[in-house]
Amino acid sequence: MLLVVEIAVFWGINHDFLSPQNISNTLAFTVELGLIALAMTLLMTSGEFDLSVGSVFGFSPVLMWTLFNSGVASLEAAFVIALVVAAFIGLVNGWFVTQLKIPSFLVTLGMLLVVRGTALFVTNGFPQRTWSAEGSWLAEALVGDFFIGPFRIYMSLFWFIAAAIALGYVLTQSRTGNWIQAAGGNPSAARARGVNVSGVKIGLFILSSILASLAGVISSLRTSAANPNSGTGYELEVIAMVVIGGTALTGGRGTIIGTVLGILILRVMRNGIVLIGVPGLAYNIFIGAIILGMMALHSWLERRHQAGT
Amino acid sequence: MAEPLVRMENIRKSYGRVQALVDANFHVNEREIVGLLGDNGAGKSTLIKVLSGAVPLTSGDIFIRGKKVNLRSTSDAIAHGIETIYQDSALVTQLSIARNLFLGREPIKPPRFLNRMDQEAMNVVARDLLKQVGISKNIPPTTPIGSLSGGERQAVAIARAMHFDSDLIILDEPTNNLGVAETQGVLSFVRSARDSGHSCIFIAHNIHHVFQVVDRIVVMRRGKVVADDIDPKKTSVAEVERVITGMSDKEIHDALVEGTQRPG
Repeated sequence: MLLVVEIAVFWGINHDFLSPQNISNTLAFTVELGLIALAMTLLMTSGEFDLSVGSVFGFSPVLMWTLFNSGVASLEAAFVIALVVAAFIGLVNGWFVTQLKIPSFLVTLGMLLVVRGTALFVTNGFPQRTWSAEGSWLAEALVGDFFIGPFRIYMSLFWFIAAAIALGYVLTQSRTGNWIQAAGGNPSAARARGVNVSGVKIGLFILSSILASLAGVISSLRTSAANPNSGTGYELEVIAMVVIGGTALTGGRGTIIGTVLGILILRVMRNGIVLIGVPGLAYNIFIGAIILGMMALHSWLERRHQAGT
Repeated sequence: MAEPLVRMENIRKSYGRVQALVDANFHVNEREIVGLLGDNGAGKSTLIKVLSGAVPLTSGDIFIRGKKVNLRSTSDAIAHGIETIYQDSALVTQLSIARNLFLGREPIKPPRFLNRMDQEAMNVVARDLLKQVGISKNIPPTTPIGSLSGGERQAVAIARAMHFDSDLIILDEPTNNLGVAETQGVLSFVRSARDSGHSCIFIAHNIHHVFQVVDRIVVMRRGKVVADDIDPKKTSVAEVERVITGMSDKEIHDALVEGTQRPG
């Protein structure tokens, strides 16, 4: 409902807001962040979160293009290597959190610096060449575009939809989903029932890293840029999306449909605020204030709901 | 005498210099509800933690139906048929009743590679179990645990232990913070658990609750079992209280405990 109000308000102020071009552009970037948010939903439901996703988003394309440009690997092989490295980053995060019992906030903050630092060091801080991707089947499969009427649709939209359906299924229908919720809701009770809580969490850290990496590669192919600094701050935006979508920051409860709405609400807001002419430098103020407002609304609804039961 | 379900022999547990258990001997027979009493620091929680696999023992042996076992974790204990129900802590409040009942043992719908829970089957069993433990209100099995009362939560935990055929259900302070009606409910769940062939260890501060439900009372003091054959039907609450505090020690003790024969 919030989303509908939001769209109506922005459209009322600036009719370009619902122009095909604007919708296409907003959608293209939305699904890239959205992929990360989907994985983050599962991870946060299990009671952890991952601050290193933004740096993995920047690092993976840099790694892929560096390997490709230096002739070490084909584009496809470089892509696979980038995903494997991301999986390894997730594994390390998960291992630190579950085996050394260090809070995920500290572990993934450290990992953020390590990964971002590596990306900057490898590239000397310069963006990588990316234009040679034209015509590659991999690029077509990930970000190939076509028009439906006036709308320009990227293939990444379908990847996002597929990921949303798959992860929604995992969370609500599968046995794994039950374990994820139990791991976040009451880890000691879950462990006592024989649920491998550490395994579940490590798996989700890996998933979160891989999807961040995939999102980074998709973004880099679409914009033909691999900047070691890209993705800065995405971790917090993604967490905001997930929380607005109703996932508890403390774990135990989360929904994919909520996150999809959270993604759309935040992205539409960002886009709309620019279009209605809020000065570019001021717009974080609005975003921040609106996030706070929505959290307040959320907690109020939550309390009312609990009082009612 | 028949071999008891669980027998703990010469259990010692020390935390650094503190001796929490000093050669404690304890047993539970089949189909028996044992009340475990003792003052704060008497060692009853430690004894239960050892038996539920939550803490390792320093020395001593545990036998289940005469076979020596090594309980290294709570899941070890559960695998051996020992289920411990702490107030609240055994359930995931965010999950539904049915999902809690089957947590870790969810039935899977074919084809198996989809890893899909058979939620209808879970709900059917859950509804049936809720009736068995005597939850009279019509609570749908999809209700989250978070919206149940304390007594209903205990009932769900007990129902789970019964369904998965735990031989021994340990209830640690199950009647804490419960209202009168709810307490009676929990006590009746405990009785129905025994009637369907399970044994229970019942720990409560409120001696009156213990008296209402148990077959035998065991009292601990300073890390030792000081009385293990008190019959609640032949003993008064005041007498048991004296054993717990050890006020006028040996005479009362001897009078109450009619030959503390060790089984096995």
